[in-house]
Amino acid sequence: MTDIRRSAADLAADLASGATTSVELTQASLDRIAEVDGAVHAFLHVDADGALAAAKASDERRASGQSASALDGVPIAVKDVLATRGLPTTCGSRILEGWVPPYDATAVARVKAAGLPILGKTNMDEFAMGSSTEHSAYGTTHNPWDLARIPGGSGGGSAAAVASFEAPIALGTDTGGSIRQPGAVTGTVGVKPTYGGVSRYGLVSLANSLDQVGPVTRTVLDSALLHEVIGGHDPKDSTSIDQPLPSLVEAARQGATGDLSGLRVGVVKELGGEGYQTGVLTRFQESLDLLVKAGADVVEVSCPNFVHALATYYLILPAEASSNLARFDAMRYGLRVLPEGVEAPSAEDVMRATREAGFGDEVKRRIILGTYALSSGYYDAYYGQAQKVRTLISRDFDAAFAQADVLVSPTAPTTAFPIGEKVDDPLAMYLNDLATIPANLSGVPGISVPSGLAEEDGLPAGFQILAPALADDRCYRVGAALEALLLEQWGGPLLDKAPALDGASA
Amino acid sequence: MTTTSGETLVPFDEVLERYDPALGLEVHVELNTNTKMFCGCPAAFGGEPNSHVCPTCLGLPGSMPVVNGKAVESAIRIGLALNCEIAEWCRFARKNYFYPDMPKNFQTSQYDEPIAFEGYMDVDVDGETFRVEIERAHMEEDTGKSTHMGGATGRIHGADYSLVDYNRAGIPLIEIVTKPILGAGERAPEVAKAYVSQLRDLIVALGVSEARMDQGNLRADVNLSLAPKGSGVLGTRTETKNVNSFRSVERAVRFEMQRHAGILDAGGSILQETRHWHEDTGITTSGREKSDAEDYRYFPEPDLVPVAPSREWVEELRGTLPENPTEKRARLQAEWGFTDLDMRDTVGAGALGLIEETIAAGTTPQTARKWWLGEMARRANDSGVDIGDLAVTPTDVAAVQALVDSGTLNDKLARQVFDGLFAGEGTPEEIVATRGLAIVSDDGALSAAVDDAIAANPDVADKIREGKVAAAGALIGEVMKEMRGQADAGRVRELILEKLGQ
Repeated sequence: MTDIRRSAADLAADLASGATTSVELTQASLDRIAEVDGAVHAFLHVDADGALAAAKASDERRASGQSASALDGVPIAVKDVLATRGLPTTCGSRILEGWVPPYDATAVARVKAAGLPILGKTNMDEFAMGSSTEHSAYGTTHNPWDLARIPGGSGGGSAAAVASFEAPIALGTDTGGSIRQPGAVTGTVGVKPTYGGVSRYGLVSLANSLDQVGPVTRTVLDSALLHEVIGGHDPKDSTSIDQPLPSLVEAARQGATGDLSGLRVGVVKELGGEGYQTGVLTRFQESLDLLVKAGADVVEVSCPNFVHALATYYLILPAEASSNLARFDAMRYGLRVLPEGVEAPSAEDVMRATREAGFGDEVKRRIILGTYALSSGYYDAYYGQAQKVRTLISRDFDAAFAQADVLVSPTAPTTAFPIGEKVDDPLAMYLNDLATIPANLSGVPGISVPSGLAEEDGLPAGFQILAPALADDRCYRVGAALEALLLEQWGGPLLDKAPALDGASA
Repeated sequence: MTTTSGETLVPFDEVLERYDPALGLEVHVELNTNTKMFCGCPAAFGGEPNSHVCPTCLGLPGSMPVVNGKAVESAIRIGLALNCEIAEWCRFARKNYFYPDMPKNFQTSQYDEPIAFEGYMDVDVDGETFRVEIERAHMEEDTGKSTHMGGATGRIHGADYSLVDYNRAGIPLIEIVTKPILGAGERAPEVAKAYVSQLRDLIVALGVSEARMDQGNLRADVNLSLAPKGSGVLGTRTETKNVNSFRSVERAVRFEMQRHAGILDAGGSILQETRHWHEDTGITTSGREKSDAEDYRYFPEPDLVPVAPSREWVEELRGTLPENPTEKRARLQAEWGFTDLDMRDTVGAGALGLIEETIAAGTTPQTARKWWLGEMARRANDSGVDIGDLAVTPTDVAAVQALVDSGTLNDKLARQVFDGLFAGEGTPEEIVATRGLAIVSDDGALSAAVDDAIAANPDVADKIREGKVAAAGALIGEVMKEMRGQADAGRVRELILEKLGQ
């Protein structure tokens, strides 16, 4: 029997015991996608044939007594910002419509090598710019908890796919919270690994110094399993860390015993309070109390420069993005638009017309911001200054981690807001990432674990755990402990409380 | 004097009466690494268009660069050979601008943190040493190559469409930038030429590039400005792009000096701009305006980690440098027994390396010098190319000379062999065979020709019989003419004297 609501770890056990096959499991996921994705719209492209072929290969491998990895045969969804050989990769943008990469991103290649069938590509804010998936050129993804609300962003597609049981697990990317914030608002788990911990090769860059590929799952253990598949050094990414990953699965299993004796937990003063929804704060405090019950000591730490994190981020990100996005010029691939009313247009005319038609407003906004921040005469005041503040933020982290083993905060200030509410208010949208951005600025790892439902709206909230660079295992240990304690309290997974969505597309 | 575009050129000598020139040279050296600067594609010249490409050098979304360690090594060796400091820590930077032959619409280059900086090169100009200070040498990637189709000029304006070949995109380049070269005065054109030519010798000696200007793996941009004589200020400069021979470097400097003076004399001001050099007409024309408003929005390349060469490695590389060029010139002069004048001519003709290689291939120094500074220099001059870009190599010259030494050829026939070499007719031996150029010393053929000559000139023959041996010259000439120069003159003389009883 195939139960797509089971965790990836459990499904892997079912595959190993012969209780199910990869083909059955993959087909069940495809059926679920067919059933609910019309309403959720998590996927931009579904590759049924490719997924089933990979599933068949996995079953054959297993039949011959071999296994490519602990997750061999468990299907996965991939955010559309990762290059997939032979599968369209649009980054949620019109400008890449029809582009089929001739190569796989390293994370994708590792997923394939580990035997995971790829179900398809998931929706996202255009070029990962947004916190709601409303900036996708291909329509908004809907939150499975309430289809009228946003699933978070930019990786709302991956989070919604996992939350609606369309896929057991997914790949996301996190530049300022694009894995963790969708995780928080969809009641799922999301991890941003240490910068350099997972190869960025084949990840279409938003901001190279901030981007990181990571797992999107329903349980902490599943994230650890997936993280071990995709993580580790890659010679194709010069910023990839050349040392072995800590043992993440082991840390998750150990944490699940619920013993955190001697662990020092730092509550970041600047990441909470004003601007945070009451229900989110209540759930946060409750989770904190559980950690104390498990033996942790809680201290309050101050990171005074975190108040500048958002401003810093919105200089560095647009600067890098403005340069990264320059290559989309209609000369070699993707959209090509000829300007109207121009006879014999020049290359520049075509570039201009294509970029005008192919990029959405948020992308244009950030290209303009970034171009300005890098301009001669403004560089020192904006980009240069932002890099200095970035260093100060890293120092705040260093000081905080001298006092605490992990730092915690609510993942996002609010639960999922209604679709359309903030789409025309960029600053309000940017504030969603207030608590997640500092980790990207200094490269430290972070996890978001569901902390329950906010009383006032019955929607999920997230609990964020940050650890020092390279100590991703601490995120898993503490995350798994909290998850275990909360499950005990809830009497079952949080997602059991979500609407069934059965027949939602009908 | 005015150009066709109506610009007034001031005679060169007059320019110097009123102005001081300031030169600046930017030389791009394409390295001969096996692979490109940031990916594993072959860096070889040529190949089917767009066959040496991958996601990284095509700038496909998601692709990432990885620095070629061999290119860094070459950059450091060039820096050391130019007496530069080598950075302990430096980064790559993005130079942002839109152009279809740039796959990412930014060039990965270096900005304010070059790998090598603050050096100098001592250049030999007419036997005197002129020190050119080097500001920096930095690493970057080459762009693709656009071919503009249709239209008359082959330039982008007026073209119907353009084709881009990205085989060249990502090939490692080292850009070597001088500080302003002041005080060269009337010798500015020669200093520019000597610098580029001797820089090429250095690059060749380092073995880091083919360094052929005609193939574009050594490209020079010439910056020039004039300032009122003795004012000590720097005037507005122009940058003349892609001047692709040593000779043209000299000509471009000379032309721009004359052109600038014409504008300044008339009370005008120089527009800071890029100019194009026209090899055929020997003039420059306006390219795009290069104002200070041009903003490349440089910032450190976030996909690469800093390059931090250890001091041990730098010292190890210093140990691999070729001989210092100044010392090398002195050593070769002594070894070859050249006079100062010989040496000056050799360096001035850009033939030092060619002569050295020819000697290494087996000729004497005097013979090598004779061929290169005589026959080859004349041919280079006639066809308006640099002597090093001629189709004849030092090995060819040595092979032809070997045929002379063995008596197969005389100098006159040797020149015909060179004609064959320039026409691409094969090796010297093949040309001798196909053109039938070998000297005839077969007595049968010679004897008949001598008999004919004697019969045709009875009076001369009588003189010789009477003992006036010197008259034999006239008969020898006759025989040589008959034999189309291919007779062994010594043997002809012997036969004449023998037949006439002397």
